[in-house]
Amino acid sequence: MRAASGKNYFELFGLPVSFDVDADDLTLRYRELQRHVHPDKFANASDQERRLSLQMTALVNEAFQTLKDPVRRGRYLLDLRGIDMGEETDTAMDPAFLMEQMELRENLDEIRQADNPGKQLAELANQIDQRMLEKIVQLRGALNLDSSKETSRARNLVREMQFLQKMHHEIDNLEEELT
Amino acid sequence: MAYSDKVLDHYENPRNVGSFDKSDSKVGTGMVGAPACGDVMKLQIKVNEQGIIEDAKFKTYGCGSAIASSSLLTEWVKGKSIDEAGKIKNTQIAEELALPPVKIHCSVLAEDAIKAAISDYQTKTGKGSKADAA
Repeated sequence: MRAASGKNYFELFGLPVSFDVDADDLTLRYRELQRHVHPDKFANASDQERRLSLQMTALVNEAFQTLKDPVRRGRYLLDLRGIDMGEETDTAMDPAFLMEQMELRENLDEIRQADNPGKQLAELANQIDQRMLEKIVQLRGALNLDSSKETSRARNLVREMQFLQKMHHEIDNLEEELT
Repeated sequence: MAYSDKVLDHYENPRNVGSFDKSDSKVGTGMVGAPACGDVMKLQIKVNEQGIIEDAKFKTYGCGSAIASSSLLTEWVKGKSIDEAGKIKNTQIAEELALPPVKIHCSVLAEDAIKAAISDYQTKTGKGSKADAA
């Protein structure tokens, strides 16, 4: 077994470098790769080979999680183009978008206090899902057009999607709290 | 993760939580966000005719360090001129709150929020440079 050093995640999975990934196909490829590198196969191999197998398993898992999730996939594609996401340093974003995120979080706080939170929570989750879907479509468009203007649009979209993901996470947390 | 006593204090008793009327001409509003953790921070200042920050309020959705950074900053800027407030560095906040390296970006968020609030106020009143707006 050779370490797949120098291969990006798409190449590792034998896929073209593109935002368009078929989820079922990806899962099949993942299972196949996993079988190849699984530590059980190397139970009788040398220490070095066993170590390599563990490393490869971790790499394959990381690659799968990255390619499966549209936000992480978009972010990874931008990473491959050498775009700095500025996640911890660039705090400037469209104020209207941030204001909306603030309001969504306030909604969530209100739902926490509400008499019948289940239904409202489901509605809010739907609203976030809807927005996420819209952004995925926009991101696909932006990433498929390889111009600097579209790349910068894609960067903004991924950054905004990260907030929506966080919001969804908060909704899930509250749902768990309430059950 | 272990938070410092100062972070815990601000987290449990946040100072100056709330909002001013955004459309008030004396009010500057700064909105910033950190995609890495999905934190959103709103920091507002109320400035008098002498250019002194009379009051400050914040609302932050984020981790304890982000809440503490913005809470501390609202305390610091009160009574300062907008020029002085604009010179506060994130490293001062991080040091005061003993933030670990992985939480430094929370103090960056607070510094950027006050800068954005000042810039918003200056744009509104037509005073000062817009250099920070970029």
